Amino acid sequence: MLDIQNYSCGYGSEFNLSGIDFTLSEGCFAGIIGPNGSGKTTLFRGISSELSTRKGSIKVNEKDLQSLSFNERARNIAVVSQTIESAYIKLEDYVLMGRLPYQGRFTFFETEKDIEIAEKYMRLTNVWHLKDKLMTEMSGGEQQLAAIARALTQEPKLLLLDEPTAHLDIAHQVQVLNLIQKLNKDLKLTVLMNIHDLNLAGEYCDYLIMLKKGKIHSKGTPEEVLNYQYIEDVYDTVVVTDKNPVSKKPTVFLVSGRVMDETKKLKG
Amino acid sequence: MSTKAIHWGITTAILLFCLLVAIGISLTIGELKVSLFDIPDILRQGQGSIEHTIMVNIRLPRVILGIAVGGALSLSGVILQGVYRNPLVEPFTLGISGGAALGVAFAIVLGLQFSMGSFMLPLMGFAGALSTIIIVYFVSIKQGRIRIQNMLLIGVMISFVASSVMMLLMSITTSENLHGIVFWIMGSLDEPKQSLIWMNLIVSLVGLVLTYLFVKPLNALRLGEEKARHLGVNTNTSIKLMFLLASLLAGVSVAVAGVIGFVGLVIPHLMRLIVGTDNRILLISSFLGGSIFLILCDSISRVIILPNELPIGVITGIVGGLVFVLILSRASFKFNQS
Repeated sequence: MLDIQNYSCGYGSEFNLSGIDFTLSEGCFAGIIGPNGSGKTTLFRGISSELSTRKGSIKVNEKDLQSLSFNERARNIAVVSQTIESAYIKLEDYVLMGRLPYQGRFTFFETEKDIEIAEKYMRLTNVWHLKDKLMTEMSGGEQQLAAIARALTQEPKLLLLDEPTAHLDIAHQVQVLNLIQKLNKDLKLTVLMNIHDLNLAGEYCDYLIMLKKGKIHSKGTPEEVLNYQYIEDVYDTVVVTDKNPVSKKPTVFLVSGRVMDETKKLKG
Repeated sequence: MSTKAIHWGITTAILLFCLLVAIGISLTIGELKVSLFDIPDILRQGQGSIEHTIMVNIRLPRVILGIAVGGALSLSGVILQGVYRNPLVEPFTLGISGGAALGVAFAIVLGLQFSMGSFMLPLMGFAGALSTIIIVYFVSIKQGRIRIQNMLLIGVMISFVASSVMMLLMSITTSENLHGIVFWIMGSLDEPKQSLIWMNLIVSLVGLVLTYLFVKPLNALRLGEEKARHLGVNTNTSIKLMFLLASLLAGVSVAVAGVIGFVGLVIPHLMRLIVGTDNRILLISSFLGGSIFLILCDSISRVIILPNELPIGVITGIVGGLVFVLILSRASFKFNQS
């Protein structure tokens, strides 16, 4: 589905990603993790074609991204970014913009089909009742759901999400991720997200890519990637890992400085 | 038929009706008052009567130029505010008026309108506007990509340079030339050459049609450049073409009618409040709104100090500015263009 080979990209000479290699199969729910400045956003911008490729290739369903037109790309990849919406647009019109990649230059009005598709995804994401509200009047959680509805309306093969849970409380975090999980399962949608929270990454993703200084440090299932040696190596922070008693997924615990000192004293 | 189509059809019809009313007002008032119902008779009587001369040679051309210039400036403002996602941008922010004014000032100081014919003033105005557009455009492009924030700053700087050079010219020239320059800057719909008026109308209407080719990029750009690209819009090419289109619309209008400020800034904002931010309806509404506004302002400027006439730029500034402040203080309108 998504096939990235020996890929590098970057901004000028300052920061570069290099030697990025990974493959996602269809219906995979994958996460990119790594500390600030490790290249998560850069990789994300690379896959969404915001940065030009230096080396290697990114293929979606066997097609090289570079060879696709803007519209074809938007029909294959939909992006949910984390910026807050400042545009004065009604939610319904905002979601309908997801049909733009399917409309020709001379299409003036949305077709019945466009409207049906938009309605379907607004209902699926539970924002249908807000359809006449302005984007600017909605809460962060509602905006996030609206952005997902808009992305689904693009009917993409691959859904990219940039920190979908940033700025949200735990209730909304779980609501958004449960929704994505459901979409992933029901629509067989391949999902790739940037995420800071290692516990959420471990709980929801079935494939993780951990970056360190612009390179892939490790990749694999959460059980393979989220072990304390790898995390301490990448984040340079002491952590304890265990399993969630219910889901059996890996969890990561932090240890405060004072406790660390006390532990050292006890040992010493 | 979707509800949108019906809704937008009605909006356009109402605006067209308002335009007709404005045209009616403009044709009937003035030093010589004419009843609206007499106009067909006057036109039928043919040449000879004073009424006919005033109607055909003075008022009608002004109305047509008002439609063309008001529409073009307002449309140009909508496009630029959309492209730059900045509520303070108007056609003249980018130095187009500064360039045009400088071109005309040179022509007047050198006496070109006497030595080579009066067509030199609009021609030099257009040349000035065009040079500014070219400078702003090429300085803003780096590695094939247009950097829109830089573009804005460059436009503002060129405006400053142009106005300084113009002040230099004004400080060294004769008072007669000074008068000509000042009057040109203030703008007027009084244009003796009918050919220029028709040309301006054609440019404006063609511009309106061409702008509709960019409705999709303009709508997507409401979310910002990056998100527009994610929706399949080639933002770089669209922005370049839209900048050129908006600049040419403004450039031609400035060359013919002088610097008429505020239309391009205020009307798009006003229309956004009324019809919303969807460019499919906003573009045509702004065009018609600009025409209505300019025709009405022109009517005021002609009658307010009879038998003399005020420069139209004075009226657009005062009326437009005050109306807008009033709206801002009342409506729950936040300063966000998109």
